[in-house]
Amino acid sequence: MSSETPALVSGKARMSRTAIRTAEGLGLEILVPAIRLATGEEPRAQLKDLLRSVGVPIVSILAFLGLWASLAASVETSIGSLPGPSEVWVAAKSLVAEHFVERQKEVEFQARMEILKAKWEAEGKPWTERKYSGKPTYFDQIWTSLQTVFAGFLVASLIAVPLGILCGLSRTMNAAFSPLIQIFKPVSPLAWLPIVMILVSGLYTSEDPFFEKSFISSALTVSLCSLWPTLVNTALGVASVDQDHLNVARVLRLPWTTRVMKIVVPSALPLIFTGLRLSLGVGWMVLIAAEMLAQNPGLGKFVWDMFQNGSSQTLAQIMVAVFTIGLIGFFLDRVMVVLQRAVSFDGASGA
Amino acid sequence: MAFGTLATAPSALSGEAFLELRGVGKSFGVGAARTEVLSDIDLALAEGEFLAIVGFSGSGKSTLINLIAGLLMPDVGELRLQGRPITGPGPDRGVVFQSYALLPWLTVLGNVQLAVDAVFRSESKQDRVHRARHYVELVGLGAAHWKYPRELSGGMRQRVSVARGLAMDPKLLLLDEPLSALDALTRGSLQSEIERIWAADRKTVVMITNDVDEALLLADRIIPLRPGPRASLGPSFAVPLARPRDRKAVNDDPEYKRIRNEITHYLTVVSRQAAAANPTRRLKKPVAKPASLRPPSMSLVP
Repeated sequence: MSSETPALVSGKARMSRTAIRTAEGLGLEILVPAIRLATGEEPRAQLKDLLRSVGVPIVSILAFLGLWASLAASVETSIGSLPGPSEVWVAAKSLVAEHFVERQKEVEFQARMEILKAKWEAEGKPWTERKYSGKPTYFDQIWTSLQTVFAGFLVASLIAVPLGILCGLSRTMNAAFSPLIQIFKPVSPLAWLPIVMILVSGLYTSEDPFFEKSFISSALTVSLCSLWPTLVNTALGVASVDQDHLNVARVLRLPWTTRVMKIVVPSALPLIFTGLRLSLGVGWMVLIAAEMLAQNPGLGKFVWDMFQNGSSQTLAQIMVAVFTIGLIGFFLDRVMVVLQRAVSFDGASGA
Repeated sequence: MAFGTLATAPSALSGEAFLELRGVGKSFGVGAARTEVLSDIDLALAEGEFLAIVGFSGSGKSTLINLIAGLLMPDVGELRLQGRPITGPGPDRGVVFQSYALLPWLTVLGNVQLAVDAVFRSESKQDRVHRARHYVELVGLGAAHWKYPRELSGGMRQRVSVARGLAMDPKLLLLDEPLSALDALTRGSLQSEIERIWAADRKTVVMITNDVDEALLLADRIIPLRPGPRASLGPSFAVPLARPRDRKAVNDDPEYKRIRNEITHYLTVVSRQAAAANPTRRLKKPVAKPASLRPPSMSLVP
């Protein structure tokens, strides 16, 4: 730890240290030089750091946009030339505007229904609720996608973590599951999906389904593909628990459950979270393909619909979707990094 | 050559010893790679005795401790604690591991509490918390009980490990080179600390160490472990120095110097004998020649 005595540390430096620790905890190391600069710690070194951590990425993004803008116009397709950044930006704005228009319509619809309901009730006619059936907006699609990926990820984690713990604890279990894991791990979501869809339509036959069938199919496909990283990493984490720690458990004659809960799982937690982080990444990638084929509302279906309608806006809107998918994936990964740091006991960062 | 006073333990090998090892041997490896680490170990220890086993690194000291702890099983021979054979690890033999073996996700108190909770299951929650706190304070970490191992210095970590070992209230405390990873100053202060704690409740202790001075400061009896392979115990040296032993004053004590010289001399002689008896121990140098001296190709296309 620090050798400075608290009395010697100025309030400013302490504030800066707290801010830095918070930033690091949140996975925003990029802010660290800025914080240091703001508190006047070695301005020259911080400026250099800042230039590299912020300046260079900005330059590379600008270079990418410039290259894209200059080349896009020269690529002719059957539905016009490739959209450049500005067209994509316009498309993004129109998608946002569309969302608000659609919401406004829904509000108006609800208001109309209220009036109608009052009128019918006054006339003594029975009233049945009517749902607004406008088309889902871009933000609805994003929301559906997020729900689907989390549902799939949750199912995958609930299976993979306990199974991984079992495989890590017992060599027999590991030998039993290892070949299955090796075979199923590389299977593409596109191969799983038809099987899952047939199974879901065969087995999930409720009159008033709580979940859409398409939702279940894509969520389960996500599960099937995102299961493996968590499973493999959990098994590895559990199998590589420090022998000294296990010896402590043996000397204390800890019962099996205590040993697993107090020694094995905490020790494997950083690797379990590494697995979960990879799984969520895989899940998000798989989801788009699954939604596209399962026709489950979501970003995948949005991309597919845009592709099908082939308007002049098609390419720009698909590109908006590409950036959205990328940014959400990045955001999900950051969230997992923060969680991973929060549970890793050794202060090791898993960037 | 006569080595030291072949002091017999108060109740040596009479079948009523507190801890007794008879003809214990342990090998590792399979087939041709099999090496006998310990062979023909006989040991008898009286209750309340502090025994130090000194030996060179790699002589099988930790194997011996692990055998007594029950973490390893002997190939031949038997180990008995209070007349009952040792068949596995248990909290009646508290181990202070060389590497501390603290759980990094638990605080100082949490680490000690884990041991207390496991051993005193029948006690009330309040009593167990009280007990854990008592041992944390005993090793002088009361003010740091909420810290995590990573926030502690090596010496403090080892104190936690000692506190955990003591908190099990074991019949026998096994110290596996408890201070070997510490700097000389911390080591000195912890040695005094261990003596103080030991004097307080007179546990039976087996300590493994590579430091003759440490053994002389703490132990009632010192037994050198002859260098391996096939390490066996040497004669036992009684340390009849008055306690508490002051590390500075003891340096001028003629008795201290005499025992120290005898043990050091014994260790030097046996290590020379071992080197002469095992010429094959000299390892062959590995062939470490690069296949080619040409610098690796940097082109991307092979």
